[in-house]
Order: sequence, then structure tokens, then C-alpha cells
Amino acid sequence: MDIIVCIRRAPTTDARIKPGADGKTYDPAGVNYDISEYDKFAIEAAIALKEAHGGQVTVLSVGPSAATKEIRTAIAMGCDAAHLLVDDGQHDSWAIAQVLGAKIKELPHDIVLFGWNSVDNQSSATGQMVAEILDVPSVSVAVALEVADGKATVERLAAGGNREKYSISLPAVVTCQKGLNKPRSANMKGIMMAKKTKVEETPANTPADGVAVVSLNPPPPRPEGKIVGKGAEAVGDLVKLLREEAKVI
Amino acid sequence: MSNDVLVFVEFSDGKATKPGLQALGAGHNLASQLGGSAIALVIAAGADAEAANLGKNGASRVLVAGGDAVGNYSPDGFANILAQQAEATGAAAVLASATPAGKDFVARAAAKAKCGLAADCTELKADGGKPMAERPVYAGKAVATVSAPGQLWATLRPNVFGEVSSDNTVTAESVSVSFGPGDLKAVVQEILAGVKGKLDVAEAEIVVSGGRGLKDPNGEGKANWDNLQQLAEVLGAATGASRAVVDAGWRPHGEQVGQTGKTVSPKLYIACGISGAIQHLAGMSGSKVIVAINKDDNAPIFKVADYGIVGMVEDVVPALTAALKETLGS
Ligand SMILES: Cc1cc2nc3c(=O)[nH]c(=O)nc-3n(C[C@H](O)[C@H](O)[C@H](O)COP(=O)(O)OP(=O)(O)OC[C@H]3O[C@@H](n4cnc5c(N)ncnc54)[C@H](O)[C@@H]3O)c2cc1C
Ligand SMILES: Nc1ncnc2c1ncn2[C@@H]1O[C@H](COP(=O)(O)O)[C@@H](O)[C@H]1O
Repeated sequence: MDIIVCIRRAPTTDARIKPGADGKTYDPAGVNYDISEYDKFAIEAAIALKEAHGGQVTVLSVGPSAATKEIRTAIAMGCDAAHLLVDDGQHDSWAIAQVLGAKIKELPHDIVLFGWNSVDNQSSATGQMVAEILDVPSVSVAVALEVADGKATVERLAAGGNREKYSISLPAVVTCQKGLNKPRSANMKGIMMAKKTKVEETPANTPADGVAVVSLNPPPPRPEGKIVGKGAEAVGDLVKLLREEAKVI
Repeated sequence: MSNDVLVFVEFSDGKATKPGLQALGAGHNLASQLGGSAIALVIAAGADAEAANLGKNGASRVLVAGGDAVGNYSPDGFANILAQQAEATGAAAVLASATPAGKDFVARAAAKAKCGLAADCTELKADGGKPMAERPVYAGKAVATVSAPGQLWATLRPNVFGEVSSDNTVTAESVSVSFGPGDLKAVVQEILAGVKGKLDVAEAEIVVSGGRGLKDPNGEGKANWDNLQQLAEVLGAATGASRAVVDAGWRPHGEQVGQTGKTVSPKLYIACGISGAIQHLAGMSGSKVIVAINKDDNAPIFKVADYGIVGMVEDVVPALTAALKETLGS
């Protein structure tokens, strides 16, 4: 089976984000990076499929050369090959999807896995856009995935905690959510392997953004809060404030 | 391109959903700023009569795609219909609520229209006759204002935009669907129900969340979680959780609020025994009013809380439930 997993280098979730001098992108000073959280579930799903059905896992990422670090982590977990499509890492989902879609068309692929949402750009769009470009089925926010006889059975989280079940033919796109699996950590052998594996870097030639950032600002500050009181005695005052001041109950 | 705004209005059980009506309200307001009107698109079988009622919620025209092909939800099927109407109406903006379905198929539809997507927006405005959107990024640590070179496609965060009322008389115009049931790539085959009637934390108007301070529900914390449930019931609230309690297996994944859980923006969020780690704040600091109950007066959650009570959840939560019962009951 030819499995492709698309991963994004993103600021860690505890990073402090401040708008930079250009007013459109963030100031990278002091920001650390990691594989975007949900992409770890996609990597685990890819490796599990390889273990069950044979084949190989290819990692694709669009971003700066520094993303070879995140790619090597994916290889250390058990992925086999990787392509980094180099750009400045500042593009929207539609631009990224077009780069990924064009590359995937050149590669053999039975299933293409994504995170359901990136922790920085938060579009939950890239996977579905790539599916549209490839003209293949897509199921997003998967919490269960099985492949047999050229078909994938996928369950996705829908409204009200319900799960929708799909059976789709391959090739297909699936975006992965927490709950699908438990991402493994890399072992020593994997880390050695990752050191030796060649990460192919080619220019992404990323097209123009579908939605362009006009300005990036800090979130509006929340008004100063107050401690209503201590212990159970304070609940009377709290209820009164919620009703008369905040008017939310 | 026209000055109109096309809004996908989600239906469930034959009726418009609340997020669907909120999106229509937002579309109506944006269209007025652009000098156009809001066109509602409903994709549901047998919904013509209900759909025509959307004239009361801001729609000037209502398009309905019905028939066999739309019986069950299909991401590519719904994307097909929305992209087709986006082109046919030449709308300046195409909107939908960022519900589980909206997040899924609208991205596919935007790609079909060769457009980008401004996802999970919290503000819409017209600037020099051009639609613009604001969206939180980096888990709410920044807000981006975005625009598109052509049609602006956007999904809207539930509970942020209000519904509007209007008295437009409209008739449902049925639009053709260019595919049959057999042409679809992915169709829901079966719905595996979550807990019956359970309110989703991302859609609820009031959320009551518990953290590690409530302790193990299978041990000493059992009464705390029962108390939390009762508080939620009195308020008609959904229950949420911190990642610490989800990872401990105390609560289901679907309840996790935060950067790697759900983003919520209810009118009232009550955090009980939650410290307020940066990743948790990322998911809930867009709430209108935040209440925190924590024994530690230095807990970071108090920095974002509008109202705080320093105390033990064991005492404060049941007392709050009792006080609310009295107030709301009268
Ligand atoms: C990549 C990554 C992603 C993450 N994503 C998320 C996310 O999406 N959502 C999320 O929530 N976290 C997330 N986290 C975890 C986050 O960093 C915190 O560890 C977590 O939020 C802590 O949960 P908590 O507040 O329940 O527990 P704790 O931090 O242990 O806090 C418990 C609180 O309860 C109080 N308390 C204890 N006993 C009582 C009592 N009897 N009465 C009243 N108060 C009491 C304590 O004072 C304390 O403040 C993420 C972490 C990482 C690394
Ligand atoms: N620059 C990128 N390179 C490779 N994959 C990406 C990139 N950006 C996003 N993705 C993938 O698309 C998913 C959804 O991202 P988003 O649409 O930004 O929420 C991510 O979880 C990744 O799997």
C-alpha cells in the first residue's frame, strides 16, 4: 500500500505569539516548533496501515528548510521517505493544498492522511481541499479507520457526539482526530534511521493565497475580572451577578 | 460579482439549526453593508415549507436543493451543490456555520470554486465595498483580518453571531442537483449515536467544565462529578473537561476543551477545578462570561475569569446548584 501523510511544522502549543513588525505575521523570536498535534495521529495511522498491509509511508510537508527536523521525527516514528516542498511557511490552506495536490499526483497513493486541523492556522481545510484537487473521496475528523479490499471504513465525529460511518473506495483522503490511535514515540533504531534517510527538498513554488492576511493583531483583552468571594457563602453573590450584571442566566 | 451573500443554512430534523440561523443573520448584516441581500441555501429533502420561513430570519431569497440525492449527508455532494450555487448567484461572499458538517464540506466546496477559506470566523465586515473576515489563529493568541481576491468564503464560529428577524415574503426556489445518489464519493452509511440527547460542548450556550481538581470519578471524586452533572442540568448546559481528565480516561475525548480539543464560545463558561493552562485558555477564552471555581487563588484561570470563587469544588458546586435552582425556578 502506498500511504502518504502530510505534516505541518507549527509553533508548540505553549508558544507566546505576538504580531511581528510587518503586522501580518507573528514574531518568531523565542518560538519553538513541533509537528502540529493532530498530524501525529495521522503519522501513527499511516504506520499502522503499513504494518497491517505492507507498503510504504511517504511524508510530505510544505514549509521552511527547518521543517526537516519535524520530518525526521516522523521518519524516526516509522515513516519511510519524505519530500519537503520549500517555501516560507506563511501560506493559507488553499495555496498549500495546491502544492500538496500537485506533488501527490506525481506519487503513487492509495490513501492520503492529514491532521484534521492545524494548531496554528486552524483551517481544518487542507485535507478536504487536496481531496477535491485529486477528485477522490474524503472523510474528515476520523476517529476510526480500517482498510480492506480497496476500501476504507471510516468513522468521523459529527454533531452532538454522534459518529458518522462511511465506506469509501481508495484512493481517498482521511483527516485524523485524537481518539483514532495513540501516537508512538520514536525508538533508537528509528532515530538512527531518520539520521540516514534523505529528505528531498525542492522549491514549492507556492501559488497566491486564497485568503490573504491583511493584518494580525493581539486578541481583544478580556475585562478585568473579580473574585466574588470565598467558599460556598459566595454563591449567592455570584448568582446575583450572573443574573443582574452579566445577564447570562 | 453581485453584492449578495450566499448562506448555507444547516437543517436538522426538517428544521433550521441554531448555528444555521446565526450564519443567516451574519449574512444578512454583511449583505446590508455591501448593498446586497442574503440568499439562503438549504440542502434537505422535503424542507420547502420550513425553508420559506427563512424570510423571517434575514433571507431575501431561499434556494432549496432536495430530492433523493441529498437524503444522507455527503461531503462531496454538499460541496457540489454549494459550489454550483456560489457560481450561479455570483455572491460576493459565501458563508456557513463552522459546525462539524460545515467544517467538513465547505472546504471542499471552496476548492471546487478555486477559492480559499476563512475558517471559524468571529467577525465579518465590509471595507470599501469588499467583504472581510476576522478569525482567531494560533489558538486565539492572535486575530487575523483576511480578505480574498474574489469571492470570500468563510465559516462562522457558532454562538458568536446573532440571529436576525425580518419579514421578507419568500418562496422556496428549488435548484437542480447535478448528480444522482450513485455518483457520490462518500455518503454517511450509518450514524452511531453518542449519548442520546447529549448537548455538544462546541454548540452549547452554557458549558460547565471539570478538571483534575474534581478527582477520580471512579474513586474519591465520584460525588464531585455527580455534582458537576447536576449543575449542568440546572443550567441546561453541556459538560466539558480539561485534557488532564480526558487523558486520565475520566471523561470522553469529545468533551475536551482547549487547543487540542474543542473551541467553545458559549455565553457562560464555568470552570471547576481547572488550573487554566495556556492550552485550555486557548479553547475557551472566547466565551462571553467566564466563572472559575478553584481552591488556589493564584490559579491562572482567575486571570481570564470575569467572576471567581476561591474554594473547594466539594462545597461550592453543590451550593451553586442549589442557589441556581432557587433563582431559576422562581
Ligand atoms: C500539546 C499539548 C496540548 C494540550 N492541549 C490541551 C487542551 O486542549 N485542553 C486542556 O485542557 N489542556 C491541554 N493541555 C494540557 C495543559 O497543559 C494542562 O496540563 C491541563 O489543561 C491541566 O488540566 P487541569 O487544569 O484539569 O489540571 P491541573 O493543572 O492539575 O489543575 C487542577 C486545578 O484544580 C484545583 N483544585 C484541586 N483540588 C481542588 C478542589 N478540591 N477544589 C477546587 N479546586 C481544586 C487546583 O488548584 C488546580 O488549579 C495540552 C498540553 C500539551 C502539551
Ligand atoms: N504546510 C503544510 N505541509 C503539509 N501538510 C500541511 C501543511 N499545512 C497543513 N497541512 C495538513 O493539513 C492539515 C489541516 O491543516 P489546516 O487546514 O491548516 O487546519 C494539517 O493537520 C496537516 O496534516
